[in-house]
Amino acid sequence: MKLKSRHLLGLEGMSRKEINLILDTAETFKEILSRPIRMVPTLRGVTVVNLFYEPSTRTRISFELAEKRLSAELVNFSAAISSAQKGETLKDTVQNIEAMKIDMVVVRHQASGVPYFLTQCLDSSIINAGDGAHEHPTQGLLDLFTIREKYKKIKGLKVVIVGDIKYSRVARSDIWGLSTMGADVSVCGPTTLLPVEIEKMGVKVYSDLDKALEGADVVIVLRIQLERQKGGFLPSLREYTNKFGITKERLKNLNENFTIMHPGPINRGVEITPEVADGPHSVILDQVTNGVAIRMAVLYLLSGGEGKVE
Amino acid sequence: MNKSEKLEIPSPAYDGISKQVVEEKGTEFDLAITGGRVIDPETKMDRIADVFIRDGVIKRIEKSKGKLKAREMIDAKGKIVVPGLIDMHTHLREPGREDEETIYTGSCAAVAGGFTSICCMPNTQPPIDNQETVKFIYQKAKDAKCKIYCVGCITKGQKGEELTEIYDLVRSGVVAISDDGLPVANSHVLRNALEYCRMFNLPVVSHCEDLNLSAAGVMHEGFVSTGLGMCGIPSIAEETIVARDIKVAEFTKARIHIAHVSTQGSVDLIRQAKKKGIEVTCEATPHHFTLTDEIIRTFDTNAKVNPPLRTKRDVDAIKRGLKDGTIDCIATDHAPHSIEEKEVEFDFAPFGMVGLETALGLVITELVNKKVLSWAQAIAKMTINPTSILNIKGGKIKRNSPADITIIDPKASWIVDPAKFQSKSKNSPFGGRKLQGKVYYTIVDGKVVYEG
Repeated sequence: MKLKSRHLLGLEGMSRKEINLILDTAETFKEILSRPIRMVPTLRGVTVVNLFYEPSTRTRISFELAEKRLSAELVNFSAAISSAQKGETLKDTVQNIEAMKIDMVVVRHQASGVPYFLTQCLDSSIINAGDGAHEHPTQGLLDLFTIREKYKKIKGLKVVIVGDIKYSRVARSDIWGLSTMGADVSVCGPTTLLPVEIEKMGVKVYSDLDKALEGADVVIVLRIQLERQKGGFLPSLREYTNKFGITKERLKNLNENFTIMHPGPINRGVEITPEVADGPHSVILDQVTNGVAIRMAVLYLLSGGEGKVE
Repeated sequence: MNKSEKLEIPSPAYDGISKQVVEEKGTEFDLAITGGRVIDPETKMDRIADVFIRDGVIKRIEKSKGKLKAREMIDAKGKIVVPGLIDMHTHLREPGREDEETIYTGSCAAVAGGFTSICCMPNTQPPIDNQETVKFIYQKAKDAKCKIYCVGCITKGQKGEELTEIYDLVRSGVVAISDDGLPVANSHVLRNALEYCRMFNLPVVSHCEDLNLSAAGVMHEGFVSTGLGMCGIPSIAEETIVARDIKVAEFTKARIHIAHVSTQGSVDLIRQAKKKGIEVTCEATPHHFTLTDEIIRTFDTNAKVNPPLRTKRDVDAIKRGLKDGTIDCIATDHAPHSIEEKEVEFDFAPFGMVGLETALGLVITELVNKKVLSWAQAIAKMTINPTSILNIKGGKIKRNSPADITIIDPKASWIVDPAKFQSKSKNSPFGGRKLQGKVYYTIVDGKVVYEG
């Protein structure tokens, strides 16, 4: 089986079959990553450009490692040292890069829709590494992978996403992916940070954290940014912590075998206490490990690979 | 509207049109439009007739007999003959951004869209906030293919602080004032503008947007923006200011015209205000009665417009408002932008779309053919209604009126191709759309300026 599209723009509209294909392929790569030599020649001769218009640590290194371990050639681009500073348009920049003969572009940008825009002006395969508050599909996939790894299923699990839903691309990719895979998804956050009509995405909506957490299996904690206070959405981060901070005490209503996830970077002591982030139920570092396997799977499948990895 | 002292607004570019022409029996006519269905909303005429023009003026309208002769004849059988269309909301980019549109190219787009008069909004660079800029525009307008009317700024530099020298602007020929593109955020300034303009019976055109609420928004705030993760412009950004404007107009007993109404709530507020007898008028654009925010799913920056494309509920409300007369006018909000400005990230693209060349086709396809409006109602909203709001000539097919006439082929269907636009800019989201109803001829002061 192959993926339908040459691009990975988002998890909205992606079928359960396709998601399973990516997750299954990632399992194979995860096994490869545990070998003494963590490298395969699968993407030898394939050139990937990592186009990062926004700061990123985890995602960027994760993609780079995934590319290196597949033996792809890679070039890194960062907006801060590029001609974007000289006023070149995005379209000109990417068309110039493509003129140097490349195969795939991994793009991170602060504006929603940029990966789609690139599919309109380039021939390369485009992988969305996060666009505005729209989607972050590889994060969504690695979250699915991590959940499936632990519970051996996704269907029927109760997953609660807590925090700044309005400005979170992770929330959106998680919602689409988890819903497609049959999880029972809720979002919980301050009413000012819940986007309008979010319930139409098929989620339950809460502003009472304790109610939201009742009977939950998985809690995905989102980063809360200081900008939200400046934007007037929150009176203070302190108040956010008091109402929505994930502390040990608040986890009493969860199912016994519960899981704590966070896409990072963590504001320790703001949205989550160190005790919970580092506690026995936290899989935050597993998410990071799995990220490489997921990105290897995505790169492999989008470059024409089929289900089974040789 | 005519309660206060009426000031004859000079329109320096068109002194010719007011010339009294004495009809001499037996003289030949310059132009005859024969056999067409003549619709004139003011006189409620709707019948097959011949229209005879001499010296740029309509001289005779009579049942087709074929006796009278003219030097030039247009056979309009099967066509609809209406007063020349008037767009009361056009952005020309001269002075300032002549790469996007000049007064001349804007006028070419206008006549290709069936418009014989357009009103240029004042957010040029520099803005039209003084006599000199008005004079510059009227000077340039002498070469234009259609009539150009100037709208002046409400406040100096569109800053929303100090009133412009409105009497000066009126004397140099502005037909309205507006800070369009920006709201007058300060209610005290708006009050003064409305009270001051009462002296001249000059309409104040309000761009209703609370900038604190619209903030970083790039599209309508709703389910689509939520899914796309884009900053939304909530409907209350418009409605709160519409409500305020209505209150200020009521209090000052002045009249106000609300530009580009886009939400159900705005339509409701204006409907209630009209019932109370408040002198409020308004307009809607073809894109706001045709498109919804769903189109943004393809991140087409040509569909990025302010106010934004709303939901189906809003589109339906606008259609109801057009039907019941709450919405007086259809205006294009023609806003040219260069390709390089639009071929960027959605967040960074400027707001606006061109509309002069698609407006009539959309009105016919979306409103007339779908029985939202009758022909006469639709044409009234593009002719006599704007002229009576602006106190300008034209908008009628009547003896001794200027011979500004649009002939429409109601059956012709066509595919919108922005590459073929007369406008210098091609930023239309309607490319590839099939429309019915096409401009057959556009006639300004008795001269054919466009042939479809």
